Amino acid sequence: MSRERTFRSEAIVLRRTDFGEADRLLTLYTREFGKITAVAKGARKPQSRKTGHVELFMRSKLFFAKGRDIDVITQAEMVAGYAALRADLVRATYASYVVELLDRFTVEDDHNISIYDLVANTLDALTTAEDLLLLARFYELRLLGLTGFRPQLFQCVASSEPILEEDQFFSAELGGLLRPAYQEQDRRAVPITAVSVKVLRYLQTRPWEMVSSLRLKRPLHRDLESIMHHYLTYILERNLKSVDFLYRLRREAELFASPDSPMIS
Amino acid sequence: MAHNVLPQPVQRLIDEFARLPGIGPKSASRLTFFLLRGAENQALELASALQELQARTRFCSVCFNITEMDPCVVCEDSGRDPNLLCVVEEPLDLLAIERSRAFNGRYHVLHGAISPVEGVGPEDLRVAELVERVQGGTFREIILATNPTLEGESTALYLQRRLAGTKVKITRLARGLPIGGDLEYTDEITLSRALEGRQEFS
Ligand SMILES: [Zn+2]
Repeated sequence: MSRERTFRSEAIVLRRTDFGEADRLLTLYTREFGKITAVAKGARKPQSRKTGHVELFMRSKLFFAKGRDIDVITQAEMVAGYAALRADLVRATYASYVVELLDRFTVEDDHNISIYDLVANTLDALTTAEDLLLLARFYELRLLGLTGFRPQLFQCVASSEPILEEDQFFSAELGGLLRPAYQEQDRRAVPITAVSVKVLRYLQTRPWEMVSSLRLKRPLHRDLESIMHHYLTYILERNLKSVDFLYRLRREAELFASPDSPMIS
Repeated sequence: MAHNVLPQPVQRLIDEFARLPGIGPKSASRLTFFLLRGAENQALELASALQELQARTRFCSVCFNITEMDPCVVCEDSGRDPNLLCVVEEPLDLLAIERSRAFNGRYHVLHGAISPVEGVGPEDLRVAELVERVQGGTFREIILATNPTLEGESTALYLQRRLAGTKVKITRLARGLPIGGDLEYTDEITLSRALEGRQEFS
């Protein structure tokens, strides 16, 4: 969608870098225009009226002026501050993961309101969700669906035969499940248990309200996470910074276990 | 601008300026041509200042502030409260707190902040040195004066967890600094209020 000389949209802050004297360069996902880059002048100064409305993960109503080189934010009004995400290192890490995935899966100016709503709802849920791993898996599957990478979980990607209730293989390259008989179609396909298939299908097709009542054991969580990260890393052709960070946090959590922090492993 | 018409030394300086924070390609060119046209010793003065910066500064082995002498003047100052330790992200934050005149204890400079988004972890910062210093020291209170940003909050949360076993009182600057702001840009009055109003962090 082409933008007027001045325009406005609700937006989520995905990334920010220091810029100029006291400015911030923001990568935003706007509800109306998709991903855009804009500068928030003076946003590092506490006395600026925009400071406090354009921090990472925040959802704000923004007013823009089209600039010669770059769009400028002229006004900002916070809609959801997500303070709970900044008050908990693990939640902050998952929020980082949510925005990093969004950033990697989208290009500038390609707008999609469903993606916007998915991310906003996921950040909302992150503030209170008990099972952050489950929420992360749900978000991954939905985002993949909205960006054209929906993994095929109901038919064999080699033979189109229906998937039976048995252990399968997951092919990142072919984008879904491979029946055991077709394993040689992708030598790098990884094994996946029948129960993991069941959970992934459930996450792919049910709303979060239903999904959130699932109770999964830790080993199953580990399996699902490893399959999804395998697939995502294949598509993105790189590791995600927030995932590396999460793994580091886990290694440390074993050293400094705190009973009140939510489950991360 | 055509890249190849510029003599290589000019282009090199432009490129070097452009790598500095807050300086775009246009400012980098402007600075370079200013030096090119300026009095001869102006460029040489700058060059010698840069050389001296490299040769004569280092990190204080106690607090990791930038210093000429090791330990630095703050660590050597016996008039400062040895029981109070203020943890900051960058040397510029230390300067901002010094300007506020509301603090008369010791410092520890982390040289960055934990960032899940950028993948910066505690091992990339002077965290192990801080823990060691607190465990072996006589501090009664540690003030976590990291920025009121996601990274600053993450760092404070992490340090609070790491230092929880030491039984030292851990405090955080008072709320009221807007989220996303930078201590470096905070005026003296606001900063001294935030220091005076610091609260136990748990
Ligand atoms: Zn020192």
